[in-house]
Amino acid sequence: MVSKWKKDFPIFSKKINGRKLIYLDSAGTSQKPKQVISSESEFYEKYNSNIHRGVNTLSEHATQLYENSRVKTAEFMGAGSDEVVFVRNATEGINLVAQSYGRQHVKKGDTILLTEMEHHSNIIPWQLLATEKGAKVEYVEVDKETGKLDELDLERKLSSQQMAIFAFTHVSNVLGTVNNVKKLARLAKSNGATVVLDSCQSFPHMEVNVKNLGVDFAVLSGHKIFAPTGIGALYGRKELLEEMSPFLSGGNMISTVSKESATWNEVPWKFEAGTPNIAGTIALGAAIDYMNRIGMKNIENYNNKLVDYCVSELQKLPFIKIYPPLKEKVGAVAFNVANIHPHDVASVLDNEGIAIRTGHHCCQPLMNALGVNATCRASFQIYNEFSDVDSLVNALNKCKKVFKL
Amino acid sequence: MYSQIILDYYNNPPNKEKMKKATLSAAEANTSCGDQIEIQLKIDNKKKITEAKFTGTGCIISQASASMLLEYIENKPLKEVKQLTEEKALQLIGIKLTPIRMKCALLAWKTLKKAIA
Repeated sequence: MVSKWKKDFPIFSKKINGRKLIYLDSAGTSQKPKQVISSESEFYEKYNSNIHRGVNTLSEHATQLYENSRVKTAEFMGAGSDEVVFVRNATEGINLVAQSYGRQHVKKGDTILLTEMEHHSNIIPWQLLATEKGAKVEYVEVDKETGKLDELDLERKLSSQQMAIFAFTHVSNVLGTVNNVKKLARLAKSNGATVVLDSCQSFPHMEVNVKNLGVDFAVLSGHKIFAPTGIGALYGRKELLEEMSPFLSGGNMISTVSKESATWNEVPWKFEAGTPNIAGTIALGAAIDYMNRIGMKNIENYNNKLVDYCVSELQKLPFIKIYPPLKEKVGAVAFNVANIHPHDVASVLDNEGIAIRTGHHCCQPLMNALGVNATCRASFQIYNEFSDVDSLVNALNKCKKVFKL
Repeated sequence: MYSQIILDYYNNPPNKEKMKKATLSAAEANTSCGDQIEIQLKIDNKKKITEAKFTGTGCIISQASASMLLEYIENKPLKEVKQLTEEKALQLIGIKLTPIRMKCALLAWKTLKKAIA
């Protein structure tokens, strides 16, 4: 299978260690198409100005482009445009929810429920909040064999008393497991919990509609969907955003300011203090346009074929262990090479021009649950091809030789 | 990068064992990748390192470099070992490393420095 879209990504003309680049770390960050890169440079060349401020043509044009990007992002997420807050990254989005909504609503003795497959960014903000409030953090266990949430444990923990928040990931950045968000959100809400969705790894691969899923908050990471780093979005139900206190404060987020006090701007601007990443936000809009032109269904089908092919090829190698060894996964394939440390594997692969991610993937609780220190991870996007998987397999066979497995 | 000599030190480290009564010891870890090393030293009354052992888990580079480093310092005066530089430690391994892999290679040296500080 050959990619129609690879030509849009200038980085693939680069050589790595004298070889062509084979990029298998899109779950870390995606490469950027020329449409996005030129959107960012075009802003600085033609429209650079601060927004929501001056009455001048340039500033008004910049404001329009910035707010247009919000409309596009909201449509992409299935939200209203007054429900989308631009943030630096998904991590900031989750911190905003924990520090604003969480501090207002979580009480002593409450439970914040997470899962063992969470990224540290969906763990630490809740740990800090729980410590401050005297609440407790619990984790739904992951079934090692299937990579799915343990159903019995889930039911038991979801029905626990005083559950304030259930924060979980849509797609695991390690296992590639897709959680049944609709069902989980319904169960959690019937028990009175607020639902926070980490959708960083689902937006790059599938259509996500936060309203249909029934979640209260959701985060999007721009750099994982072809946009630059430093831009992300938080969805929050409007009623919730309206009753929440500001997270960061300063310019733009206010309505009136006196020497003693201030009143807040309307949502979502109440949460956008200071000059934002204007060029990055506009480039996020360009990235969404790019994905929409291809079509999310096409992206989903193409990437699923890559993951399928990768799993079936790796399964042919007896010295490879896949976590979990199933095709039912999205975006990423985690594996280990016999008893070789993933960093040693990555060094051999790097020599062949292949970039993978190794380590704990910011998921130490999941690594503990799987009983490993670290894994290798190959992750995919629309610029990858079956031949990239073949190159990976060749390089892994080289590992076998180098390490005498 | 993975020369035969590095692999030999990794697969059959001559000094990877737990010592019963160590004079000095220290442990360190590379949190980003989970490499762990504990170094134990026996020092005689002439301030000479008579035995140097390590235990640990981690990548080939971290474990092989620990083994090579300890073999080098055994039977050397503590004073001399205290002057062992980062450059010398990297030289012992004898392979070209990228900046991130240097952290693996220098874990043992860092642990040793901590033990004899």
